[in-house]
Amino acid sequence: MKLWQMTKLIRSKNAGPFELTFDVIFKDREGYEKVRDAKLISADWFAKTYRLAPEVVSIINYDAANAIKITIPRPTISGDIDDTDVYGGQQHGPLVNIEVA
Amino acid sequence: MKEIRILSATGILGSGFKEETMKRAMGLKPDFIGADSGSTDPGPHYLGSGDTLFSDSAYKRDLRLMLLAGRAAKIPVIVGSACTSGSDPQLARLVGIARDIAREEKLSFKLAAIHSEQDKGYLKRKLREGKISPLANAPHFDEDVIDRSTHIVGMAGIEPFVEALENGADVVIAGRSSDTSIFSAMPTMRGINPATVWHAAKILECGAACVVQRKYPDCNFAIVRDDHFIVEPPNPDYRCDPDSVASHNLYENATPYELIEPSGVLNTYAAKYEAISDRAVKVSGSTFKPAVRYTIKIEGAELAGYQAIIVGSVRDPVILHQLDSWLAGLMQAARDRIAAVFDAGIESQYKLDVRIFGKNATMGPLEPETTIGHEVGLLFQATAETQALAIALMKSVSHIAVHYPVPEWTGLITSIAFPYSPAEIPRGPSYRFNMNHVVEPASPLEMFRIEYEKVGG
Repeated sequence: MKLWQMTKLIRSKNAGPFELTFDVIFKDREGYEKVRDAKLISADWFAKTYRLAPEVVSIINYDAANAIKITIPRPTISGDIDDTDVYGGQQHGPLVNIEVA
Repeated sequence: MKEIRILSATGILGSGFKEETMKRAMGLKPDFIGADSGSTDPGPHYLGSGDTLFSDSAYKRDLRLMLLAGRAAKIPVIVGSACTSGSDPQLARLVGIARDIAREEKLSFKLAAIHSEQDKGYLKRKLREGKISPLANAPHFDEDVIDRSTHIVGMAGIEPFVEALENGADVVIAGRSSDTSIFSAMPTMRGINPATVWHAAKILECGAACVVQRKYPDCNFAIVRDDHFIVEPPNPDYRCDPDSVASHNLYENATPYELIEPSGVLNTYAAKYEAISDRAVKVSGSTFKPAVRYTIKIEGAELAGYQAIIVGSVRDPVILHQLDSWLAGLMQAARDRIAAVFDAGIESQYKLDVRIFGKNATMGPLEPETTIGHEVGLLFQATAETQALAIALMKSVSHIAVHYPVPEWTGLITSIAFPYSPAEIPRGPSYRFNMNHVVEPASPLEMFRIEYEKVGG
């Protein structure tokens, strides 16, 4: 199964112009716990995909909403000459199709 | 039981709300109407230039309904982060719109305008005194950054709002301010538990964003008491559930558990979200820790250059199967042509880039998926010190691009589809956010000048 099939929403968004945050909000507690406990969403995966050091990846499990939040430094400052996505709203693509066993 | 009733008009002033929702919400007897009017989301242009995200007509439509409702019920109307970035010209613009509305509707009120634009001399002094420090992932900061900025604003906490309201303001329009301070000032004045107040403010500041399915922007409503608040959307088509309210803490925030304000930190770790009907949610259990050091976040933007762009597309399969090498050759040919046309040293005076839509325009070099379909879009972008130079450069680029060859075709080809004539489009100035820092002021009001004015009547 793909990760998106277990979720209500996977999104990315600026957390201010200097950080990028990702929300993975699960349909139910069971799916959330499965992915959380298997550590499928890891600092290493983010570091590899977004070409960062794992130390700068913040991963927070948010039980109240069955959600996992990941925050990374923005690849470029929002709206700067090299930026491709001012709102940071379309950077979550690679997460959507993560395979969940 | 001590309580305060809060009407949030919309998530961002100018985006709209339903007139009938506001009417219904006014029947719930709110103590004030608030709305945020700003965001850094749309990028640095608005702070850099003083331009606004929405049109004057859109601001006027929303503010008119808020002022009419507020004056009829004799309750304060509070707006923060005027016209996107809350700089002085944007504040003046929204104040002007409020005056126009007052004249047209024959309203009279005491208006407080809170200025958030920062004096460069003041900031340099603070920097020398070691009272400016960086936040996460902050760029380099020094006096030159301050000098290069076209506008610098401080993000106000509740204190200037409280000051304005204590001085009898009926309408408060603020420059840059934290989204939540707009909704926290009056409840704090009433002595309600700050933990409940700040959590409610965080849920309300995006208007109806915390409903289960927000189909269009609209109002939201909460009743805030010492040990809990209840949020229930006044639009009967909308509903909140515990998940939708808890999820809202995730939105545009690096952590769902902490909200950092000038005067302290809201912690929602122990918060409880309970359904009290199929539309209303009761929230309790958050904590608020007052700050040891009172700090104000500052935001600045500077000119990065003027840009010109060319939009085009490629459909020829022969070009597409060698797209990367064709485009690399084209870009080199364009740079060579620029070097031949302009004076020596031109290389250091411009930046030329191309984005490939249909391949990696969204994620750039981070894109893991690089297969392409039957066509791609190309966006060429030149950045230079003046608009005239950016356009002049692009006039050379477009001619190279439209006839750049591939080995398989003999004879002159026309290799790009341009949708426009001329192909070169001036994009105007491009700005850059240049600070992510906090200032330690001597007092919470030091960075925010308040002007009072009797409007109408």
